[in-house]
Amino acid sequence: MEHGAVIKHDQKKSPKTGAWRYMHPEVDKEKCIGCATCVPFCPEASIEMKKHKEGQKDKADIDYEYCKGCGVCAEVCPIKAITMKKK
Amino acid sequence: MNKELTKYYSAGHSACAGCGFPAIVRTVLGELKTDVVIANATGCLEVTSTLYPYSAWKAPYIHNAFENAAATISGVERAYEALKKKGKISKNKKIKFVAFGGDGGTYDIGLQSLSGALERGHNFLYVCYDNGGYMNTGNQRSSATPYGAFTETTPTGKESFGKIETRKNLMEIVNAHRIGYLAQANVAYLTDLKKKAKKALETDGPSFLLVFSPCTNNWKFPTSQYVNVGKLATETNFWPLYEIENGEHKLNFEPKKITPVTEFLKTQGRFKHLFKVENKPHLEEIQKLVNEEFARIANLCEE
Repeated sequence: MEHGAVIKHDQKKSPKTGAWRYMHPEVDKEKCIGCATCVPFCPEASIEMKKHKEGQKDKADIDYEYCKGCGVCAEVCPIKAITMKKK
Repeated sequence: MNKELTKYYSAGHSACAGCGFPAIVRTVLGELKTDVVIANATGCLEVTSTLYPYSAWKAPYIHNAFENAAATISGVERAYEALKKKGKISKNKKIKFVAFGGDGGTYDIGLQSLSGALERGHNFLYVCYDNGGYMNTGNQRSSATPYGAFTETTPTGKESFGKIETRKNLMEIVNAHRIGYLAQANVAYLTDLKKKAKKALETDGPSFLLVFSPCTNNWKFPTSQYVNVGKLATETNFWPLYEIENGEHKLNFEPKKITPVTEFLKTQGRFKHLFKVENKPHLEEIQKLVNEEFARIANLCEE
């Protein structure tokens, strides 16, 4: 029997899509209210809620390895704590 | 990289910046409580997630052909039942079967295999992300492309105003199979999609989700706008959110004030030509179509 191609997931082989970026999002951690609205909308799942300061809510943190710089996070942020900046 | 969101579908896929479907895939699979096998029709999702030698899928995933995602997943489901009967898989091991397809692989090319699988009553969920055309081959029209839209095969100019046919009503077609659960959702309303995915995955037997997925590249809007465009589609009643559970229709979102459909159309370059003076009748026609379809659904929901 002929078998189809089998590819195993290996993150190391992935294209580093961060290289596509023309603008990059920057989170103003003082402004961010930690609502996590941006997290599920990010097509690359590049946003995580991380501890910023003791006693404060977790704040949005962007991993630039895969972020393509689409700007969706900046657009959905209810208080505009994320801004798109040129490199 | 967000570990929780990339449990099944990882980053490093090559979908366009600002694409809508990754959020759909992650939200639907995020509601899984058991193991899963995924089948995928040819389309943007398949092409961008399985770029050799990389696969973005961390779960068992099969791509077969354009037309047979539903047939493939029904085969897998039958094999699982057979192996369970033979005692080769533990009786307690629960697996859910999920198929993804774009509108080309669902409305057009995969329709007969989807219909077959729904009729045979396999225990699977079919998710169609609808971006209204064959987007990865350069925007050719599909039967999901809306009336008046520019595509490569429905060009606009002196003789033409874009697509002259109206959209196929896939929800009606799927509903004709009298399955337990089907719903129309939108990627801009992820909480609603989450609820629907949960219900669909809990359904014993076939279930179906039709999810609106804006395409930045071929609908021609900036990469940052997919959520805004999606929201407008529902606020203008162009894409109503509703579900059909055991034959009962339920409307999930009713806009407080009615926004004219032009608000949605003007966000996209593919409808740009409709705003010329000579195309005004077509704009009115679109508004009429939207009103009629929404009234029909609202009527069914009231019964």
